Amino acid sequence: MSTLTARFAPLRARSNAYFAQHRSLGVLVAVITIGVALPLISRIPPFGDLQSMNAWVNAFTIAGIYALLAVGLNVVIGFAGLLDLGYAAFFALGGYTYAIVASPFFDIHLPFWPMLIVGALIGAMFGIFLGAPTLRLRGDYLAIVTLGFGEIVPIVLLNADPFTGGTNGLGGVDKPVIPGILEFTLINPWPFYVLMMVMIALVMTVVFRLQDSRIGRAWDAVREDELAAESSGVNTVISKLQAFAVGAAIAGFVGVFNAAKLTIVAPDQFKFVVSISAVAAVVLGGMGNPVGVAVGAFVIYLVQSIFLKQLNTLVDNFNIPVLQEIDFLEFQYVLYGIVLVLMMLKRPQGIFPAKRRIRIFKDTVGGAK
Amino acid sequence: MALLELKDVHTYYGAVHALRGVSLKVEEGEIVTLIGSNGAGKTTTLRTISGLQRARSGSITLNGKSIETAPAHEIVRLGIGHSPEGRRVFTRMSVRENLEMGAFLRKPGPEVQADFKKIFDLFPRLKEREFQAAGTMSGGEQQMLAIGRALMGQPKVLLLDEPSMGLAPILVEQIFDIIKEINTRGTAVLLVEQNAMMALGIANRGYILQIGEVTLEDDCKKLASNPKVKEAYLGV
Repeated sequence: MSTLTARFAPLRARSNAYFAQHRSLGVLVAVITIGVALPLISRIPPFGDLQSMNAWVNAFTIAGIYALLAVGLNVVIGFAGLLDLGYAAFFALGGYTYAIVASPFFDIHLPFWPMLIVGALIGAMFGIFLGAPTLRLRGDYLAIVTLGFGEIVPIVLLNADPFTGGTNGLGGVDKPVIPGILEFTLINPWPFYVLMMVMIALVMTVVFRLQDSRIGRAWDAVREDELAAESSGVNTVISKLQAFAVGAAIAGFVGVFNAAKLTIVAPDQFKFVVSISAVAAVVLGGMGNPVGVAVGAFVIYLVQSIFLKQLNTLVDNFNIPVLQEIDFLEFQYVLYGIVLVLMMLKRPQGIFPAKRRIRIFKDTVGGAK
Repeated sequence: MALLELKDVHTYYGAVHALRGVSLKVEEGEIVTLIGSNGAGKTTTLRTISGLQRARSGSITLNGKSIETAPAHEIVRLGIGHSPEGRRVFTRMSVRENLEMGAFLRKPGPEVQADFKKIFDLFPRLKEREFQAAGTMSGGEQQMLAIGRALMGQPKVLLLDEPSMGLAPILVEQIFDIIKEINTRGTAVLLVEQNAMMALGIANRGYILQIGEVTLEDDCKKLASNPKVKEAYLGV
């Protein structure tokens, strides 16, 4: 075994070096590989016995939504070091943006594809709108303000009935259509799955590029030492706003997808627990590592939606009345709590700690080894 | 016209009146030192110049251009480099990345490249540790890095806050030699120091700061022989 790994070591080193240079290509290859592998793995026992392939593919798609939320939140928390506890608000704004212009409610039916971008822009806009007055706050204070914002948005959505349908939300949201080729349906989970994989590839590419850019460098500096960043010439207010805007844009982008997939948006979908699940995913996966946090979100979602559900069925079989009354799905809150507490105590850097990659400006490589 | 000039600058921390009308000048090519006991307002003066703290009143000019309302990152661009109190290097970044952060506002290119060489020339230790995380270095090395980082922004005036703090005497001498070297290469220096003896030794002029006010201003040689200064700050 060890000789085998040794033989492949040079190859691995070469491929690592190659993909470090061509990160976007790396993302593409990785997403295609994972996208193909996941449905196959779901056929292997014991996974295959749990639920049908279509159910798995559907679960993976929803897990992808959470993964993207974690990747977006990671820009804010992991890159710029700003704790945002109201991230679900931007997710909601993206969803409602699409639902308002693509449902029977106003009888407007704008196409899905451009709305993905509009959703992202609306998210970014609100990110700046929230960030501009509050980003002068530090640490805990910022966290509290974002927490407040996360609560305000669903409440506003709940009460602005004429635009949002109140408690019931907006139903019958249009599903995506590729004119003349494909209509997305609720029965067939595959188109949504493929679209999700494309979105993951896109977001990951953007996030990696940003991380390597001047903007990403400024985030690093702000996160490590805001004062030193400022005296190095970083406009820390702009830098933090950029992080907020990018994070919110990703949430808005995913929000549009979520609305189209569920075909309904309602205030209940965007409660505090969604924000917390995203924070838990970021903490579990490893703050600052986009791949890590995506995996973290994936794991958390699958545990809560598959494992806890299975636990319900399992316990039902025992015929013990007290246990039967427990709905283990509600234990997701406990799950987030355990994840957050355990990780903070035992492994604050997360399962996949962000590696500090030594980055060198291209034009100065001459001085490097 | 002085390169850097403060006129009657007042700075507050909330209700605390930290600078009570500080006026001082740094001319082209000078080393000027600011001496005072703890809480006299030395650090506040530097922070006010570099925009990390706002002056409530008074004027600060660089080459005659008023900068007291400019944001900190803009002041860096205008040519004031600040090596802050406590070094504040980016601990998880490598030495090289720290220096690159110092050049954040500059266009990458041969000129920045040349400045890397200059810095490594000035601090050979930093070259040895180019790819090491800054947080793993000794205090003296971090101090060198903090100065190097400020220099990467091509400042006209370099503000140094307590570069000798917590360093072994031999390292202090090294750092002071380097400060002199930086100065002879054409950068004016405003040096805040607890180690008044050393500071007066390399500076051209000095200001004594007491409870937010400049109480004495003179040539360094004269300051060093002033009996009051001797008693209060030089411990003789």
